[in-house]
Amino acid sequence: MTPTSYQIYPSGDNALTIQFGDSISLDLNNHVFHLYNLLRNKQPFIKDIIPGYCTLTIIYDLLSIRSVHASAFDFIQSEIETLINHHHQSETTRPQRLLKIPVCYHVSFAPDAEKIMKHHQVSFEQIIYLHIEKTYSVFMIGFLPGFAYMGVVDKKIATPRLSTPRSLVPAGSVGIAGEQTGIYPLDSPGGWNIIGRTPLKLFDIKKPEPVLFQPGDQVKFSPISFDEFQAFKPTSFNSVINES
Amino acid sequence: MKAGIADSIQDEGRFGFQHLGINPNGAMDQTAMKIANALVGNDLREPVVELSFPASSIQFEKTALISLSGADFSAMLNGAAVGNNKALIINRGDELKFKKSLLGSFAYLAVHGGLRIAQWLGSASTNTKAKAGGWQGRFLKKGDEIEFIKDLSRLGETRALSWRVNVSDFYSGNNIIRCVEGREWTDLEKVSQDQFKKKPFIITQHSDRMGYRLKGPALKRKNKTELISSAVTFGTVQLFPDGQLIILMADHQTTGGYPRVAQVITADRSNLVQLKQGDEILFSMCSLAEAEKALVYQAKVLQQIKTACAFNLREIL
Repeated sequence: MTPTSYQIYPSGDNALTIQFGDSISLDLNNHVFHLYNLLRNKQPFIKDIIPGYCTLTIIYDLLSIRSVHASAFDFIQSEIETLINHHHQSETTRPQRLLKIPVCYHVSFAPDAEKIMKHHQVSFEQIIYLHIEKTYSVFMIGFLPGFAYMGVVDKKIATPRLSTPRSLVPAGSVGIAGEQTGIYPLDSPGGWNIIGRTPLKLFDIKKPEPVLFQPGDQVKFSPISFDEFQAFKPTSFNSVINES
Repeated sequence: MKAGIADSIQDEGRFGFQHLGINPNGAMDQTAMKIANALVGNDLREPVVELSFPASSIQFEKTALISLSGADFSAMLNGAAVGNNKALIINRGDELKFKKSLLGSFAYLAVHGGLRIAQWLGSASTNTKAKAGGWQGRFLKKGDEIEFIKDLSRLGETRALSWRVNVSDFYSGNNIIRCVEGREWTDLEKVSQDQFKKKPFIITQHSDRMGYRLKGPALKRKNKTELISSAVTFGTVQLFPDGQLIILMADHQTTGGYPRVAQVITADRSNLVQLKQGDEILFSMCSLAEAEKALVYQAKVLQQIKTACAFNLREIL
């Protein structure tokens, strides 16, 4: 695979962003994910690495770098360019996980199902079918701890956000916004179209890894009944199907 | 303690988890936090109590060496005024109250030896969204009892130590806030760029640890395409569709989709956060090199302060 085209620019004086494009596409996001993997646990001066849909932002320790180099931005920029130019996409250094997420598509958990049905002239059953048949990629995590932006949703159910967000979307709500799908990890205001709910806890401060998702995860939704939802025991459920 | 409206435990921030949507939080005025720590001989990154006005009233249960830095809320120790940027010896029964907001928005209380605060993901900073970190993941309230790690009984009677730290290197006394250009700076119409650089922007009442919302001339972009979400940081100046600006602060969301027109330089964060509602900001563009240089200089001065304080404290501790 040939080296990709990209731009590097400062995001303030202690961060830098690499941009691979400006649209939501799996191809572009794969470049982000690849570079993200290369950088993880590698550089001593890096404080955070934040994937976006088509960007990767690196928060660096300006003062530590400046104790050794004349310009922190120049140093990090050249490190990144070296990495990108010497590693091709075929060398993925980190396995991608596949996660199964149980979702109850019951009408009481789906306040926006009707809106999608009207918008696309489909039945609720068709919405569910189209939502569960795809395997989604986690493009990025942001907005809330553990809110994974996943895509790409089938065009036949892709629906614009609510024009007026709800003041409260319950934790576990599964929604669609445009071509993205996601799950609210906490009670929160929100504008996504809600079609179901998962009994899983996506964000748990008591766990050593408090967030269930990781950028790059592959995700499949699995329908459960209302009774199964009520009876669900999170501790006995392991979402991760494989690490391959 | 009697509760203030938004007092919390903070440190340098929680880094390494923004890819999971966990924002770093941390002290709004990192410089004041570090000075407060230096004054009591702490590691500069030791967790502190961040106070905003109206601030908590504090009653001390045992002897300690403490300090206050940052905003001046007219601190009264047992009814007598004590100034900022000094070390104070306090004893059991002493009371600290904050009478009036004289200057600035965020004050910092440091205790020699540190506070007994459980870490979450390697940091003591408070994340109120996640309800984790700091003191039970929330702002402090009446009745909260925070322990001091160290037991100091030989400090003597309650008094302020005679020396104080000069903080003039960090606070310009003017409202000029330096920025580097944001990614979407060139998207702005020339008229709007000029307005950004020349016109004052007022800090509105819709301002808190998440961001300071500004009021000023409505800025316009040359093209109105929606942007795809990407990471934002403390100091990112975002442009809302209505043409108004917000400066993201310590509790910012990790990602956003609004145009990033500029980025406040790290060295000017302290000046910025200490401004209050109704204050005017004058933005001034600078280069990345200048921004880096300014922070390197500040770090040098902080190190000198730390050394000087340690020297002064050697007889007491």
